[in-house]
Amino acid sequence: MPERDARERAGDFSEVGLGYSEEQAREEAERCLQCRNPTCIEGCPVNIDIKAFIAAVQRGDWADGVSLLKERNPLPAVCGRVCPQEDQCEVACVLAKKGEPVAIGRLERFLGDFDLACDARHRCVAVPGEPTGKRVAVVGSGPAGLACAGELARLGHAVTIFESLHEPGGVLVYGIPEFRLPKSIVAEEIDALRGFGVEIVTDAVIGATHTLGELREELGYDAVFLGNGAGLPVFLGIPGENFNGVYSANEFLTRVNLMRAYEFPRADTPVWRGRKVAVIGGGNVAMDSARTALRLGAEDVFLVYRRTEDEMPARREEVHHAREEGVRFEMLCSPVEVLGQDGWVTGLVAQRMELGEPDESGRRAPVCIMGSEFTVDCDTVVVAVGTRANPLLSATAPDLGLTGRGYVETDEDGATSIPGVYAGGDCVTGSATVILAMGAGVRAARAMDGWLTGA
Amino acid sequence: MFRILHTRQLSDAVFEMGVEAPTIARKVRAGQFLMLRVGAGGERIPLTFSDWSAEEGWVRFIFMRVGKTTHALSHMAPGDSLADLVGPLGNPTHAGGLGRVAVVGGGVGAAVAYPVARAMVEAGDDVTAILGARNAGLLVLEDEFRAMGVKLEVVTDDGSAGRKALVTAPLKELCEAGAIDHAFAVGPAIMMRFCADTTAEFGVPTTVSLNPIMVDGTGMCGSCRVTVGGKTRFGCVDGPDFDGHAVDFAELMSRQRIYAEEERVSAAAYEEECTCRPKE
Ligand SMILES: Cc1cc2nc3c(=O)[nH]c(=O)nc-3n(C[C@H](O)[C@H](O)[C@H](O)COP(=O)(O)OP(=O)(O)OC[C@H]3O[C@@H](n4cnc5c(N)ncnc54)[C@H](O)[C@@H]3O)c2cc1C
Ligand SMILES: Cc1cc2nc3c(=O)[nH]c(=O)nc-3n(C[C@H](O)[C@H](O)[C@H](O)COP(=O)(O)OP(=O)(O)OC[C@H]3O[C@@H](n4cnc5c(N)ncnc54)[C@H](O)[C@@H]3O)c2cc1C
Ligand code: SF4
Ligand code: FES
Repeated sequence: MPERDARERAGDFSEVGLGYSEEQAREEAERCLQCRNPTCIEGCPVNIDIKAFIAAVQRGDWADGVSLLKERNPLPAVCGRVCPQEDQCEVACVLAKKGEPVAIGRLERFLGDFDLACDARHRCVAVPGEPTGKRVAVVGSGPAGLACAGELARLGHAVTIFESLHEPGGVLVYGIPEFRLPKSIVAEEIDALRGFGVEIVTDAVIGATHTLGELREELGYDAVFLGNGAGLPVFLGIPGENFNGVYSANEFLTRVNLMRAYEFPRADTPVWRGRKVAVIGGGNVAMDSARTALRLGAEDVFLVYRRTEDEMPARREEVHHAREEGVRFEMLCSPVEVLGQDGWVTGLVAQRMELGEPDESGRRAPVCIMGSEFTVDCDTVVVAVGTRANPLLSATAPDLGLTGRGYVETDEDGATSIPGVYAGGDCVTGSATVILAMGAGVRAARAMDGWLTGA
Repeated sequence: MFRILHTRQLSDAVFEMGVEAPTIARKVRAGQFLMLRVGAGGERIPLTFSDWSAEEGWVRFIFMRVGKTTHALSHMAPGDSLADLVGPLGNPTHAGGLGRVAVVGGGVGAAVAYPVARAMVEAGDDVTAILGARNAGLLVLEDEFRAMGVKLEVVTDDGSAGRKALVTAPLKELCEAGAIDHAFAVGPAIMMRFCADTTAEFGVPTTVSLNPIMVDGTGMCGSCRVTVGGKTRFGCVDGPDFDGHAVDFAELMSRQRIYAEEERVSAAAYEEECTCRPKE
């Protein structure tokens, strides 16, 4: 798939990958063997009929390809861009063993974009079902909430999404940057959902504006889906972490993406543009933060990670992109203190690590090397070491069963301890992936349908 | 969209605004705040609810014109709409069972102190209010406090209204006289710090309502973190009220200045485009 030159793209927020042309898509699809036993499908968390949609691309029947995709995945243009295909369908593709799997993700993106390029009337959308007279509230408009709402509407239920921020989309709008997932794509998908009859109420914090109990008792919703994510940022708890210039990745990315600080002063929200930026962590969030810092004009951006590149949880492609654009990797080191002067960050003290014996997870655990502290200069630190459950909603819902770590406890269908209340996505699993959140949303919608209609 | 129902200029730089928000009005309690956005591309800023009516479905807040967003807000009129209004956020201020309380409001902090004092009076606490400002022109809500029937001390830095003193002077006298069991202070960070220092000497428990820089107001970003008793807390969800004797005010003041340069740029750019110049 064609990509923009690394030097050029690191200077702006436009998308990195350019997508396939029709010829390129067909050419790539032709590589698919149409296996009798298509292992790729098992690799997909929502079991998209990959073989069939690729066959449609081979035939040039884009619309059929889109409808096959949408049977399982309501947001192909999003997933085609952000799913970790290299750990899912593509690693399971028979051609992976021979070196290069079919580029399933890119073909998915191609079809998703084809669909979005059609005007609304020609889009491939499911038809809303016969109205059932039941009303459902969906809390949160991230991938879990959007997918759940779409499926509920398809089944004929009246759906209202309550979103605490001023814009729907969850991590897709406030976390994942424009250069990886253009906001216009998310906006199109959300418009389509509105066109489908789903109502979206922004500026509504469940736990503050309404409680979970009030949604049912006062506002009369027959059932509720919780898709409020896991948005509470984790800090390291090391000295100096509150100096000016230390950000959680959530704050850094929210300022830039949701609030569009990269357009400041045209947009009102500012962001501190550091010249030398340390990003702590090794996941997608860390890659996004580092690449965002580069685009804000930093001269030097480096990643501080406890293990080695092999253990980094970020998608391969993102690691590769980050490196190409000039992000430096400081592997096997762990921060111990943020240094500062007059309230501002001036450096980071870190300690060298080495990989010890494998732990229970089979990964070799990092152990610190005594006396190996070293200092690096920097004027910005972005902490991207994960997030936890936000207690805002659960604190006002005493009957809602939680796990020891504060996530919502559910059965396989997403049913919580409260009858009629379901949950899915990051608020159940902790920080995971877009496709798992969507899968959970759809699964819960079907279970809710059963519960609502007494089936 | 949230329709503006009422605007009132309280002093040169302080304004009151009432907005239609029936859902929120049902829930507000004294000490809680809202986040608003004037329009597309706007910043999310926190302001404290100064008044509300569940029956009539409105909320009010009082703001000081300091930078671009509050400037733009001061130019809006009844019939206009705000793009976003979220709330009620933060924990309500504890009222009731406090005994004799000094409620200190410095500058526009009077807007926060007002509903708090009212809630305390309603809950049966014995309130003495201390209002302070740099000069008479910046003093707000004096009449409203008088109408509440609480004991009231007014001070200004230059003596242009009330006594020429800082708020800490009457506060200290109350402490010395053994006349208060609790203090509540809200205003500029430096004022809250001096209030806390004053009461600490006498061991009078003191609540302060902090105003760190916020983005979401729901615990999602950590921009609002403050150090209290050596621990990092989030101002928006753990506060805004904290034990004044445990707050690291130096850190708070430093963090409030992170965007000083950007705020200047933003205000200057706005002045260029703003057609309705405020009257001097
Ligand atoms: C920077 C970043 C990059 C990522 N990159 C990838 C990637 O490349 N590929 C991938 O698969 N995954 C990626 N992820 C993970 C993925 O985005 C999440 O797993 C997914 O978004 C979870 O979806 P969700 O719907 O459960 O929650 P979210 O997307 O977090 O949505 C939750 C929504 O609920 C709202 N909300 C929260 N509390 C309340 C409340 N009390 N009332 C009302 N609304 C509320 C929030 O504002 C939000 O809009 C990334 C995550 C981040 C942060
Ligand atoms: C919980 C809370 C309650 C508040 N209640 C009131 C109130 O009732 N009345 C009132 O006049 N003011 C109140 N404030 C302060 C108010 O939010 C700021 O004055 C406002 O954000 C300034 O925006 P601006 O664009 O006009 O000014 P700017 O030029 O952007 O900034 C001026 C100053 O305001 C502060 N500030 C800027 N942006 C923010 C932000 N996003 N969050 C918090 N502070 C910021 C900065 O410290 C800055 O020095 C409160 C703040 C908090 C945190
Ligand atoms: S496993 Fe690979 S080659 Fe086989 S059907 Fe799936 S995508 Fe095609
Ligand atoms: S304002 Fe974002 S966590 Fe408090």
